[in-house]
Amino acid sequence: MAEVEETLKRIQTHKGVIGTIVVNAEGIPIRTTLDNSTTVQYAGLLHQLTMKARSTVRDLDPQNDLTFLRIRPKKHEIMVAPDKEYLLIVIQNPSE
Amino acid sequence: MSTKRPKSTTTTSKGKDKKADESSAGSVAGSGHPNDILPLTLTSATQELFGCRCDEDVTGDNPYKILRKEDIVQDMRMRAAVSDFSPMKQLVLDYPEDELLLVYDRDFIYGSSFYLVLTADAKERHLKVIEVALEREPSEVFAAQKTSEPQPWISLGSEQEIEEESVTDSRPRLKYRISRVRREFGAPIFFSDRNAMETKDGFIECTPYQDKNFSLKQMERHTGVQTIPNLKSSSTQTQWTYPRSMCTQYEPREFSEEKKENCLQSEKLKNFVNSVASRFEIAIQQNEIMDVFFDDWKALSEEDSGYGRKADPHLKEYQSFTDLHFSKEKTISNINWHPTINGVIAVAVTERLSFEDRINGSTKLLLNPSLILFWSFSDPINPQLLLECPDDVFSFEFCPSDPNIIVGGCMNGQVVLWDISTHVEQLQGTRTSGGKNIAANTNALRENETPVVRYCAVSGIENGHKAPITDIQWLPGTFEVSRMGVPMENKNGICVQIVTCAPDCCVMFWDIRAPRVLQTMADQRKQKVEEKPLENPHGVPNTFKHLDLTWKPLIRVQHISYCKTRLQLVLSTTFCPQDGELVYTDWKLEKDNDSGRLFSAKPSHRFIIHDGQVNTVRRSPFFKDIILTVGGWTFAIWKEGVTNGPIIQSSCSQKKCTVGYWSQSRPAVLFIGKEDGNIDVWDLLEKTHEPSQTQNITATQITCIKPWIVSSKQHLLAVSDHLGTLHILEIPWTLRSPSSNEKLSMSKYFEKEVDRLVYFEKRREMRAKEKKDYEAEELRKKTYLISHQPVIFIIGTLKL
Repeated sequence: MAEVEETLKRIQTHKGVIGTIVVNAEGIPIRTTLDNSTTVQYAGLLHQLTMKARSTVRDLDPQNDLTFLRIRPKKHEIMVAPDKEYLLIVIQNPSE
Repeated sequence: MSTKRPKSTTTTSKGKDKKADESSAGSVAGSGHPNDILPLTLTSATQELFGCRCDEDVTGDNPYKILRKEDIVQDMRMRAAVSDFSPMKQLVLDYPEDELLLVYDRDFIYGSSFYLVLTADAKERHLKVIEVALEREPSEVFAAQKTSEPQPWISLGSEQEIEEESVTDSRPRLKYRISRVRREFGAPIFFSDRNAMETKDGFIECTPYQDKNFSLKQMERHTGVQTIPNLKSSSTQTQWTYPRSMCTQYEPREFSEEKKENCLQSEKLKNFVNSVASRFEIAIQQNEIMDVFFDDWKALSEEDSGYGRKADPHLKEYQSFTDLHFSKEKTISNINWHPTINGVIAVAVTERLSFEDRINGSTKLLLNPSLILFWSFSDPINPQLLLECPDDVFSFEFCPSDPNIIVGGCMNGQVVLWDISTHVEQLQGTRTSGGKNIAANTNALRENETPVVRYCAVSGIENGHKAPITDIQWLPGTFEVSRMGVPMENKNGICVQIVTCAPDCCVMFWDIRAPRVLQTMADQRKQKVEEKPLENPHGVPNTFKHLDLTWKPLIRVQHISYCKTRLQLVLSTTFCPQDGELVYTDWKLEKDNDSGRLFSAKPSHRFIIHDGQVNTVRRSPFFKDIILTVGGWTFAIWKEGVTNGPIIQSSCSQKKCTVGYWSQSRPAVLFIGKEDGNIDVWDLLEKTHEPSQTQNITATQITCIKPWIVSSKQHLLAVSDHLGTLHILEIPWTLRSPSSNEKLSMSKYFEKEVDRLVYFEKRREMRAKEKKDYEAEELRKKTYLISHQPVIFIIGTLKL
């Protein structure tokens, strides 16, 4: 538990990182550094997007799998790392 | 059958000289009198004899005389041919009874003076009449009891019909005798068959035949015909779903705290995070190092062009408008770009006179109507439209939701409304036609004259301000104010309310909708009466007829000692500056408990910053809480909520600043107009101690500046001067395109300034405290010293 905390904290304290969210396989947030409404929104939407991206990748090549997803809106960057049961979302603002 | 011949008898009388009428023995057709009477003329001798002298024995009242048959017969025997009765001798003799009736026919009804009744029935009848006449009064009962007696049958021709119908032998009956030989009687009888078809007439057939009666063809038929379009009927079955109000509410699933804890504790999560973390670190570091999506090339070009170009940072003159006719001796007080039509700008033209001159020349002023001119870029010489005002207009605004409505505030305190919807096409048309005479829509006015639009509503003079209206603003369309001053949501979305301010210490809110039924009946009646005779003179649209001349402000906010010159509206507060003072108030009306009247709250803050009259209060288009004020020789920038003072204040310039405006496209740029016709362009990110550039536009004072974005390539600045000329300048590229992150930098700058203010405030307080402490200390020290001072006796020594 402490390890988990520590790692997440390390990620969080990087320059420009706005927030981190840990989401389970169903899209329910487990741990977050943002406020509740934002978390829920991110979790729900990104979960669906990740599933879609993963299925796309696997459709193209069944041997393949999605390891990392980076979405670059204008204002910041969203990074998603999927897993079988969990999802880790990090939002960073690179241009500062 | 009627009697063919009445059995008439005449009596003859020998001896007596009786007059008797003969009743005729002929049929009715013969003599024109009934069959049973006979007219008779009697000589006077006969009359005397029978005692029926005219008018003596028999009178009109008593015309009946009974004669005995024997007397008449005797008379006839005695006088034979001479006797009057001789022609009817036989009749008299045949008469069955003994007495005959002689009737005196006074009026010669039957042709003679007397007539003799020939039949017994008639006599009875006559007698009956006599009796009835005689005994009428007493014996009416008798009359009813008389039964009718059978009268002789009078033939009316019916016996002929019966005769026709009756069967009588027309000829004698014939007799036939038939015989047969005796031996043939009783002989046996032999029958044989015979085919009916063999012989010709063996049978009689009744053949069927087509009866023509039943095959009538209807040759003619009367019927009506109507044509209709093709009809086609078809049907379909729809599923009727009726709307039902339903709602769904959902919320995202969440884990409870415990579950979260569990999850966090789980091994799987740990593994996951560990495996994934490294990827993240790489990604994040990448981002930190450089931004891959940042277009350096584009950014490069932005900065470079500043140097590379022969950058002309000056405002280029694009066009200038002067009207010799209308704006000759006048100045322009306010400019407004038309919000929707490109290239149309409106200016309010006012007299260039001081107050005294105005009073002196007031008669002349009345002749020259005040105008608002509409200029179009296509035609620099003639204004496109003129709006007539009752008096000089110092400020006017287009309605944001309907650009055809313009409201203006006059010098005499009236609020005026115009509706230019009828001329909008013209304004738009001029843009495209470019001043050429196009045959379509030849409006005769357009070629020679400029159309004049009269105001369609004006507030009543007693209801308006008592001083010239200096500023007028539309309340935004989402917003309206109730009578109590409470801001409410305006559901219509159109702007309906106006705020005006004037140096008479009043801020008024006006509503352009028709007043509601709350008004008393008297007012309504009065209004109606007013409306009728004002039947649209000058072809003014009736848009605001309900307001004309009776327009009253919705709310009047009175500040006791402050004069207003400019307004800027915030949702619930206003900045109202006047002579150098800036007043920040909340205009919600409160009820004074003592007097029960409504009054406005006292202003919350007052600042005296500018040395002269504040003539501009403007919000920044980029920052909602940054306000620019220009007055006197300086300008200041304020932030709402910061009540210590302006966050930025410029240094005093050489000349008075007359007007200022934020740039529409660059958050850090503002334009200041000066008394000497210069325009200062301040770029706050570049320099804050002096304007970044100054440009001279005109020789006289600049009265108004308004920028306008026509397109991304063209930004125009409208500048008006005291001489009545309107200059349109083009803003160069350097001044119109924001540098990168300009807004961010500006906001940071403002924050810094706010911090500075706060810091200064703190320092001031600290210093004040220190000073107080110091003084207290000093005082204490002094008292201490005085109290603890060793007493030094100066003893004067005497040198003895």
